[in-house]
Amino acid sequence: MEEETKRLKILAYKMRKEIIQMTNKAKSGHPGGSLSCIDILTCLYFNVLRHNPENPEWEERDFFILSKGHASPAFYSVLSYSGYFEKDELKSFRQLNSRLQGHPEKGTLKGVEITTGSLGQGLSIANGIALGLKLKKSTARVYCLLGDGELQEGQLWEAIQSAGHRKIDNLCVILDRNRLQIDGFVEDLKKEEPLEDKLKSFLFNVLRIDGHNFNSILDAFNIASKTRSKPTFIIADTIKGKGVSFMENNVKFHGVPPDDEETETALREIDEELRKMERE
Amino acid sequence: MEKLSLRDCYGETLLNLAREDKRIVALDADLSGSTKTSLLSKEIPERFFDMGVAEADMIGTATGLSLTGFIPFASTFAVFGTGRCYDQIRQSVCISKANVKIVVTHGGITVGEDGATHQMVEDIALMTSLPNMRVFVPADAYQTKSVIEYVAKKEGPFFVRLSREKFPVIYDKDKNFNLLKADILKEGKNLTFIATGLMVFNCLEAAKALKGSGIDAEVINVCSIKPIDKETIISSAKKTGLIVTVEEHSVMNGLGAQVLSAICEEAFVPLLKIGIEDRFGTSGKPDELLKYFGLDPESIAKKAIEFYKRIKK
Ligand SMILES: Cc1ncc(C[n+]2csc(CCOP(=O)(O)OP(=O)(O)O)c2C)c(N)n1
Ligand SMILES: [Mg+2]
Repeated sequence: MEEETKRLKILAYKMRKEIIQMTNKAKSGHPGGSLSCIDILTCLYFNVLRHNPENPEWEERDFFILSKGHASPAFYSVLSYSGYFEKDELKSFRQLNSRLQGHPEKGTLKGVEITTGSLGQGLSIANGIALGLKLKKSTARVYCLLGDGELQEGQLWEAIQSAGHRKIDNLCVILDRNRLQIDGFVEDLKKEEPLEDKLKSFLFNVLRIDGHNFNSILDAFNIASKTRSKPTFIIADTIKGKGVSFMENNVKFHGVPPDDEETETALREIDEELRKMERE
Repeated sequence: MEKLSLRDCYGETLLNLAREDKRIVALDADLSGSTKTSLLSKEIPERFFDMGVAEADMIGTATGLSLTGFIPFASTFAVFGTGRCYDQIRQSVCISKANVKIVVTHGGITVGEDGATHQMVEDIALMTSLPNMRVFVPADAYQTKSVIEYVAKKEGPFFVRLSREKFPVIYDKDKNFNLLKADILKEGKNLTFIATGLMVFNCLEAAKALKGSGIDAEVINVCSIKPIDKETIISSAKKTGLIVTVEEHSVMNGLGAQVLSAICEEAFVPLLKIGIEDRFGTSGKPDELLKYFGLDPESIAKKAIEFYKRIKK
């Protein structure tokens, strides 16, 4: 395995353990959609983003907006592993007086650019940031992660129209295409495909990748950063619950944490995977 | 009597501020000619964003712009700028304390002919309910100028409600406003009118009509509905012993409700809420509608006299 992708993958699997433990301890939270996007977030925070955890408001930083705010366990994990706060604080997830609110809140925790949790709102905000950066002649970039169920929200299509029309090329949208939402399969609730055609017709540069292949993820971000006069939309095909056999593609684990026994099994599985990686 | 447009004044003030301060940007949702953000858009197009008929997207984009240090003013009609994007204002703007200024025009029933769909009578209720949101309703064009300058300077979310109709001028052109203070425009002895927006002028007129009935009415303009100036209101309540609130808004949860909850712990004073009863608006000319809903000076005076007689009997 290539050095950098190996490093990233090991980090992602370590953070998968955090996601399991955080949600198990809180007896609530959203493990499924956190496990499906943790590989993408790991690539962003440990390879792609220009950011400075010591100075979260650094003028020249890139911005990340977690539009699917319920993936807070994954988000808090990458923030703490990046150095925004001590890993130990992850234990306080969803507790009274914790900075790690159920959904990320601006002002409470460093590294959170804006409050999210009500689905559908992140992309308009990302657009506004990207337009502001352009006005300031900044070269910083904006990344925004969406869920595929979330894509049913009308506001996202308003924002997609805005980004395409305004040629917001310092913007990169990533769709966590894990095919599941709460009530079942996305395609059963509302047909979303052909997504590539739809997004192309909204004037996006569209890429489709395996959202768990670290090389593909990094390549896609690289292409996005070189694309001019179009925003980029990366459709990342992912697996909800990825990394824990009994959670994969299991709609139950959208908003239900593993119980103690399941947690033990999950951690064992992930540890095994980690050992395998380290042997490679 | 001189009348001036609050919308024109908003557009001019915003443009003047933007000329001085490069951080000021404006957003609109396909109504820039009506809200008068068009004045800024013509002179400084690079700092104007017409989001099309997409109010939710407008509020989000404004929030994003604020995160990069800009001071966004987002405008549309009151009905679309609050109800259509309430959740965006709640989640994206208010919880995050984003530095977004929402300035809406066409509040209330004086929108006129467009009817119920366009006559917003619940916006003050919605906006005052939001933590971190501050709510201003100016009473004339000069106060509007002061309000716009104030919200541009102050960090955090603001909601400003303007109207379609021109308002009679109440204040001197160069008045130095203390916007957080409720303004006693006329002192009185045995009844207090507390009003906001266009109703401030109508209450001043109603107060004149009350003289013949032996009622010396005090008239207070509440421009800042949130935060509300409890002190001035409570001391007036204690002085006159009778309050009549008047607003071009639903009586369910508007100015009247705010005044009532501001005084009820300290003063036990009967309070009559005049406004739109629990119903939607309807088509008509603005002046006709004010009469129809009992918000013209004569109707206000009549209700105040009845109330006075009933209570002081
Ligand atoms: C506006 C809004 N409506 C409903 C919800 C409740 N909710 C939370 S997650 C979710 C499903 C989201 O599905 P998806 O975007 O596919 O997320 P993922 O599969 O990545 O977890 C819903 C409906 C919400 N948070 N916001
Ligand atoms: Mg999904």
